[in-house]
Amino acid sequence: MTALSKSWERAVVPLFILAAWEVFSRSGFLPAALLPAPSVVLHTWGDWIFGFDETSQGNTGRWLADALSSATRVAAGYGIAVVSGVLLGIAIGWWRWVERTVEPTLQMLRPVPPVSWIPLAIIWFGIANKPAIFLVFLGAFFPILMNTIHGVKTADRNLIRAASMMGATEQQLLRHVVFPAALPSIFAGLRIGIGAAWMLTVTAEMVAVKSGLGYVLWDSYYFLRYDLVLAAMASIGLLGYATDALIKVLMSAALHWQHGSTLQSREG
Amino acid sequence: MASIELRNITKIFRDAKRKRDLLAIDDVSLSVEKNEFLCLLGSSGCGKSTLLNMIAGFEKPTEGSVTVGGKPVDGPGADRGMVFQQANLMPWLPVWENVAFHLRLKGWRKADRRDAAQEYIDMVGLRGFENHFPAELSGGMSQRVGIARALLLNPQVILMDEPFAALDAQTKMDMQEELVAIWQKQRCTVVFVTHSVDEALVLGTRVAVMTSRPGRIRELIALDLPRPRDTTGPRFNDHKRHILNLIREEGLQQRQAAVA
Repeated sequence: MTALSKSWERAVVPLFILAAWEVFSRSGFLPAALLPAPSVVLHTWGDWIFGFDETSQGNTGRWLADALSSATRVAAGYGIAVVSGVLLGIAIGWWRWVERTVEPTLQMLRPVPPVSWIPLAIIWFGIANKPAIFLVFLGAFFPILMNTIHGVKTADRNLIRAASMMGATEQQLLRHVVFPAALPSIFAGLRIGIGAAWMLTVTAEMVAVKSGLGYVLWDSYYFLRYDLVLAAMASIGLLGYATDALIKVLMSAALHWQHGSTLQSREG
Repeated sequence: MASIELRNITKIFRDAKRKRDLLAIDDVSLSVEKNEFLCLLGSSGCGKSTLLNMIAGFEKPTEGSVTVGGKPVDGPGADRGMVFQQANLMPWLPVWENVAFHLRLKGWRKADRRDAAQEYIDMVGLRGFENHFPAELSGGMSQRVGIARALLLNPQVILMDEPFAALDAQTKMDMQEELVAIWQKQRCTVVFVTHSVDEALVLGTRVAVMTSRPGRIRELIALDLPRPRDTTGPRFNDHKRHILNLIREEGLQQRQAAVA
């Protein structure tokens, strides 16, 4: 009963917005092409996914392929960012000499917005997957790196003392103490990073790639198909939400030991 | 052969910010016999923890030498077990994994670690809490895990840095009793740092009363009181009066020195 009423609570606001939007679009206050009604968007989206009546024209039935090519770029760029960001972050947080030699350079690169790399990315990698993967990497790398460094630096020194008293080598300290201690912070970086990853895939696809959800979005804009633009926006939002939810599931599995000891754990 | 040998230890902390040197420990020599339970007693800031940290290998003496079992100490290691003021358990590991952490470092298989941990979990009375996480334990239980973890190393020497200071009076008494029982059973050398006269007298076979800043050993008192110790008996109180007088004199001298 309470679970049901709770899920109902969640649905109230979106349902209200959708209904108001539908009414407003059908009222003829604006030309229907400028703000397509939700029912129209849903119809076009359906055709884009299942290809039943070609309302989405050339895109009919191609949604899965588009979504997959976007998701592949996110996965590749994000994967590289996770591995390099976590490893480098641990090294910078742990060894002073790495911090002194490497960190200043990274800190200078960090304020440069990833999108401003687009021209160079296209020159270096051409129009294909690579520039998009490069941008996704740039977007996800820095939040993951910064949060990992923070996590390592705020690891409890006493745990390190306790472990070295039990004979831990430096490598074992990193693996068995510093890494798990930094994990809550690393996960915070992973969640910020996945948002940036989707943002940059779509941006890259608008400019530097000829496939994917971002490409369909931008292409439909040229052809004045705002119903497709909205369907693409909704698709990106949905996939972004799904990947974030996946990371949250991984996080609560990896950080189950925090259960009951942090504010965050109240949610679960 | 002495288990722990401190020879002419001097420790000077260099305060770089204020360009001043602080003499924390001044020429301390001390030998702890095998199976002895030595309490280092002193007020806060007297250097008793610094002395313990030198035996642990976290700090190096400015002058002098520390040997454990005849070998010079050159860093922390699993030949000495340490129990800290805070339990310092890995919050991501359940109780049994914390107890067996040393075996994890040695690459033992999970099932073997689990088996090995049980003996020590039982010893400190935590059966039934094997799969609890540190966040779910009380302060006293956490310290029990810390003690079990140190015992599992099967060390010649256990170093304890005010492990019961943060516990309530009742829990503290229980823990002291159990610690004595474990020490009697395990037959190991214990160096126990405390600022409580009562605690030192309940636990120790010897008490080293330290002066404060610079830390010196004011007096070494051998306790031949029968166990369990009667904290209200006349002999216990004779010792207590004597130590309190030492501490009072010490405080008086310090204040006079400060005035002069």
